Amino acid sequence: METEGLVKIHEYQAKALFARYQVPVPRGEVAETSAQARAAAERLGGGTVVVKSQIHAGGRGKGTFRDRVSGAPVMHPDGSKPLGGVNVVRGPDEAERFAARMLGNVLVTRQSGPDGREVRRVLVEEGMDIRHEYYLALLLDRAVRAPVFIASAEGGTEIEEVAASRPEAILKQVVDPRSGYSPWIGRRLGFGLGLPAQEAQAFAKLCAGLYDTFVGTDASLVEINPLVRLADGRILALDGKMSFDDNALFRHPELRELRDLAEEDPLEVEASSHGLNYIKLDGNVGCMVNGAGLAMGTMDIIQHHGGRPANFLDVGGGATTEMVTEAFRIILGDPAVRAVLINIFGGIMRCDIVAEGVVAASRAVGVKVPVVVRLEGTNVERGREILVSSGLDFQVADGMRDAAEKVVAAASGR
Amino acid sequence: MAVLVGSDTRLVVQGITGREGTFHTLQCREYGTRVVAGVTPGKGGQTVEGIPVFDTVAQAVAETGANASMVFVPPPFAADAVLEAAGAGVPLVVCITEGIPALDMMRVMSYLAGGATRLVGPNCPGVITPGECKIGIMPGRIHRPGPVGVVSRSGTLTYEAVHQLTRLGIGQSTCVGIGGDPIHGTNFIDCLELFQADPATEAIVMIGEIGGTAEEEAAAFVAAHVDKPVVAFVAGQTAPPGRRMGHAGAIISGGKGTAADKMKALREAGIEVVDTPATIGETVRRVIGL
Repeated sequence: METEGLVKIHEYQAKALFARYQVPVPRGEVAETSAQARAAAERLGGGTVVVKSQIHAGGRGKGTFRDRVSGAPVMHPDGSKPLGGVNVVRGPDEAERFAARMLGNVLVTRQSGPDGREVRRVLVEEGMDIRHEYYLALLLDRAVRAPVFIASAEGGTEIEEVAASRPEAILKQVVDPRSGYSPWIGRRLGFGLGLPAQEAQAFAKLCAGLYDTFVGTDASLVEINPLVRLADGRILALDGKMSFDDNALFRHPELRELRDLAEEDPLEVEASSHGLNYIKLDGNVGCMVNGAGLAMGTMDIIQHHGGRPANFLDVGGGATTEMVTEAFRIILGDPAVRAVLINIFGGIMRCDIVAEGVVAASRAVGVKVPVVVRLEGTNVERGREILVSSGLDFQVADGMRDAAEKVVAAASGR
Repeated sequence: MAVLVGSDTRLVVQGITGREGTFHTLQCREYGTRVVAGVTPGKGGQTVEGIPVFDTVAQAVAETGANASMVFVPPPFAADAVLEAAGAGVPLVVCITEGIPALDMMRVMSYLAGGATRLVGPNCPGVITPGECKIGIMPGRIHRPGPVGVVSRSGTLTYEAVHQLTRLGIGQSTCVGIGGDPIHGTNFIDCLELFQADPATEAIVMIGEIGGTAEEEAAAFVAAHVDKPVVAFVAGQTAPPGRRMGHAGAIISGGKGTAADKMKALREAGIEVVDTPATIGETVRRVIGL
């Protein structure tokens, strides 16, 4: 199953990575207090600056602030409208005043969920005379097994809408892994976007930097929206979004440091620290399954029988007592859970060992909700016997359908 | 007859001296696979339960006539191991290793393109022709020889499907786990083509997952080239939206990739698509008229 990746980073962190790989970005500083925001604006020359909320959700420009405590809308300092997530301000005084209203309050955007995200940092950047906004991304295309650039002259908007309504406005260019990036790729895209010759060359150089960023960090996606052309002809990344390949983190320990745990679901953080793949959902049937495909199939059959899964949880191939214990703790950490389904296809693992793990974990955690267990694999009879004779309240299921029916009934109190 | 592996397969195991490598090598041999060699650089000359270990795949092939490799090498070194096997001319490489960086696999696949080596995996349970040869980590005892070819992106979900078939008395010709990584070797279409051409295969089970467009492409292939009955399941109908890669990912896939899209494409190709994994076995029984 594809997920966004373990490490999610902020715009200011993506831009720092861009700068390291020679992708031009605006001058700017990150601030955690309004005084820092003021000092940053002073160091940027005292003129117009942009104060940008740093959260892990898109749509910041159109998002609006709410008071963290009261939930009431936070207004723009001139009182005319709700305060947005990105603000162009004149000078250090205004930078301080805006940052004071943004920091510590909650920004609600179309991607943040209704509860929004608390803004703990703002990025203060130099103001710029923008002539045009473009879209540029580089990602791994599984179909052609190669990185592909996506570019459009219609940047700064919902690129998916452009792709749907006017696919001809989207340029694609595959990078052959055997040659790697070569400047013609950037030139072809740059001229394709209608850039004048000199800017097309600068754009090609930026594409080279973006490719180096992608390969150098084992990214799965690098996205710049918008990429801007300034009045003075410069081209730079006004925003930055990156996703990374979890499998390659072993060779990028510095990327792990960029995680902002305050932005992540605490149960998901807990799960990942134990090597469990957990995604919280909004149903009430907790699921503990070995293997991502079987876990998704288990969620599907729960829904088919009228229930709603509370989570995706893959305990991996091992399903040891420790893993099962941690999985129980995490599933039951979600107060919505009314029943739990454990579906383990043991493969070469012995079911009696898995059953002992489930019993020990249930005792250790003190499980209070009904637990339906479906075990399959070597020594399955012995495994079931251990569950039944444990004195704990397990419902032992035979097959996935039986398991789904039992757990859905248990969750709905039947 | 079956596909990919059989009684004439001679297996070399790369990473044989690791804990997992040793355990699963012995499980494969116990099942009946002819395990002729192992490779661990620096441990040439040793043996593992009677199996000779070599420093290089080339030596192993020269000394033992190995014609298939199973890779258990840890993720940072696994791409190199696959390339070594290909460089030694091994025609079939089954890579079990989970967690190989995508860019490493990209380089491997661009090297293998057009060459003589077929890769299955990575991050897969392997390949089994029941009663003849098992290369991988799947439980051998849930399989039995028979007429159904199975191809799947998922490990334990494959076991689930095979288990249902066997319980209904329906055996399998060959089961291929192609793996769940974004970039992998043998794909659905390769396996469908093999099963279509295999006289021992009478029906095909295909198990997909959300993400990418492999199922849609397989559907088009089935419509054009496969006349054997195909039963399919796509896992992830209830998977959370918004967990995909960013916007550009959706553009690449042209808005495809959801379970509903895949199931629709498969149905339109005349494939029997089941709504839950619990009915794979009984649906196969119905379509082959047993």
